[in-house]
Amino acid sequence: MSTLEIRGLEVSVNTDKGAIEILKGVDLVIRSGETHAIMGPNGSGKSTLAYSIAGHPKYTVTGGSVTLDGLDVLAMKVDERAKAGLFLAMQYPVEVPGVSVSNFLRTAVTALRGDAPKLRTWVGEVKAAMNALNMDPGFSERSVNEGFSGGEKKRHEIMQLELLKPKIAILDETDSGLDVDALRIVSEGVNRAKVANDLGVLLITHYTRILRYIKPDFVHVFANGHIVEEGGPELADKLEEKGYAEYVSS
Amino acid sequence: MSVLATNYLTPTGREEAWRFTPLNRLAGLHDGTSTSVNRKSLTLRGDVRPGVNTTRISRELVASVSESNDAIVTRVQAEAEDVFIVDIAADTHLPEPVSLYRATGGVDGAELSRVRISIGENSTASVIMENSGSAILGEDVEILVGPGAHLTFVTLQEWTNDSVHAARHHAILDRDSTFKSTTVTVGGSLVRLLPTVEFSGPGSFAELSGVYFATAGQHLEHRIHIDHGIAHAKSRVNYKGALSGEGAHTVWIGDVFIRSAAEGTDTYELNRNLLLSDGARADSVPNLEIETGEIIGAGHASTTGRFDDEQLFYLMSRGIPMDEARRLVVRGFFAEIISHIEDEQIQDRLMGRIDSELAKVGH
Repeated sequence: MSTLEIRGLEVSVNTDKGAIEILKGVDLVIRSGETHAIMGPNGSGKSTLAYSIAGHPKYTVTGGSVTLDGLDVLAMKVDERAKAGLFLAMQYPVEVPGVSVSNFLRTAVTALRGDAPKLRTWVGEVKAAMNALNMDPGFSERSVNEGFSGGEKKRHEIMQLELLKPKIAILDETDSGLDVDALRIVSEGVNRAKVANDLGVLLITHYTRILRYIKPDFVHVFANGHIVEEGGPELADKLEEKGYAEYVSS
Repeated sequence: MSVLATNYLTPTGREEAWRFTPLNRLAGLHDGTSTSVNRKSLTLRGDVRPGVNTTRISRELVASVSESNDAIVTRVQAEAEDVFIVDIAADTHLPEPVSLYRATGGVDGAELSRVRISIGENSTASVIMENSGSAILGEDVEILVGPGAHLTFVTLQEWTNDSVHAARHHAILDRDSTFKSTTVTVGGSLVRLLPTVEFSGPGSFAELSGVYFATAGQHLEHRIHIDHGIAHAKSRVNYKGALSGEGAHTVWIGDVFIRSAAEGTDTYELNRNLLLSDGARADSVPNLEIETGEIIGAGHASTTGRFDDEQLFYLMSRGIPMDEARRLVVRGFFAEIISHIEDEQIQDRLMGRIDSELAKVGH
């Protein structure tokens, strides 16, 4: 049982015009097995929340705290956050030329587990994860994210989610750029990881479409750098109907 | 005659061709002040094979087939006592590479070495030249690629850190031939290579790739020159370098010349440099001169930069520590070229060498 606790989180980003405050006091608690959807208009700071928790150097935390089972996440380096059990599925996964998917995955799992997995069982695990996500077997010899289609990039992110077995996963607009079939396949991957690892999920999305496949326990509306309304799945239905107008006009 | 010519060519450092090179570190190769030693270090590894003839022939019997205005190349052509010949007969297909290496060495004096590699009509072969140990070496390698022939040429510069090596690798491509070269330079105090190409028949293809890794105090220079003098030839150049440490200096010059007769030329050249620390300097100068508009394509690109923070963040967000992430990125950077070398043993050795260079500079 794990708990990710975000308290009063304030984050700014450095730009040419100086520091700009993006997160203005975010409070959120995610426990193992729970699925939280964060929904909000573009530019509200949803992705900043995701990247700040993962430790992207572009963002500066100016206030508040983030803890995982009481441990200070903000004091950890990026790789230490992953080792503590956090995972970020990125909206725009980065290309790493010349580094094969198989080499990347093996390096990551070795770092996370502390020693190299037994080759035969590991190859089997990777194959099974790829099969489950309808990925071509040749995929593992391609360079990480290089020349991947939008759908392949997202499948690759979810494949990592299944293989690396984090405690808490943040999915940043994993639904963007996916057609209906890919969305279903990717969502099934997330649901498998939830069941297999009692995963806690923070699902960041603009649209309600993905919530038909990944059922949220809680829905939070995000606007202007903080959470402005919270509720159960019924809140998503309301957003589907009325949009974000009432949250951004104020 | 040759004395006059040499004097005339002696570089001062102000010439475009020499402005990046620290002349005082050339051990006198450029101005004739180096003492020549009668060393003939180039040696064939393994047994002689059918279709391949290797021999040394006195220089009077083998005139140079190409001119050069480079002071060191001119001196090698004039003074090297003999020429090391590798002759691959026509219609020969060699499954294993012809492997040459430097069996002896030393920095007690300069070795001047002439080499002639020729591959006959419709043959396929690979030639590997491994340069390791210590040396002061002036070298001119002429490569004649016959009609329809396919030659892969790999040179490795794995010198000790007191070595000086100045060389030209000049390929002449006859019709419908393919010349693929990979140049790897990781060792040496000063290495200055001139990979140059000219075409003697249409339909031929030159692909020049290279990797270099300069650490503190090393000067590694590659000056490519591709002379498209006839129609319908194609060339591709792709060199990648990494630098780390105080005074690490690399120079990459990519001169491509498309003459008025060279209609239908297709050329592209690329150089990328990765700066791994402060105090290192990468000069990169692509240069395209075009005398005809009737071409398929001509382009170039050059980038020099530091680690991409987004790549490192992505890898680290999966639990991979910073050191390991940097190592992966650098290996990946070079793998694009090294993985295309056909010999897997060479591939493994080079990646191992990249790893040890990285370990040396603390990554």
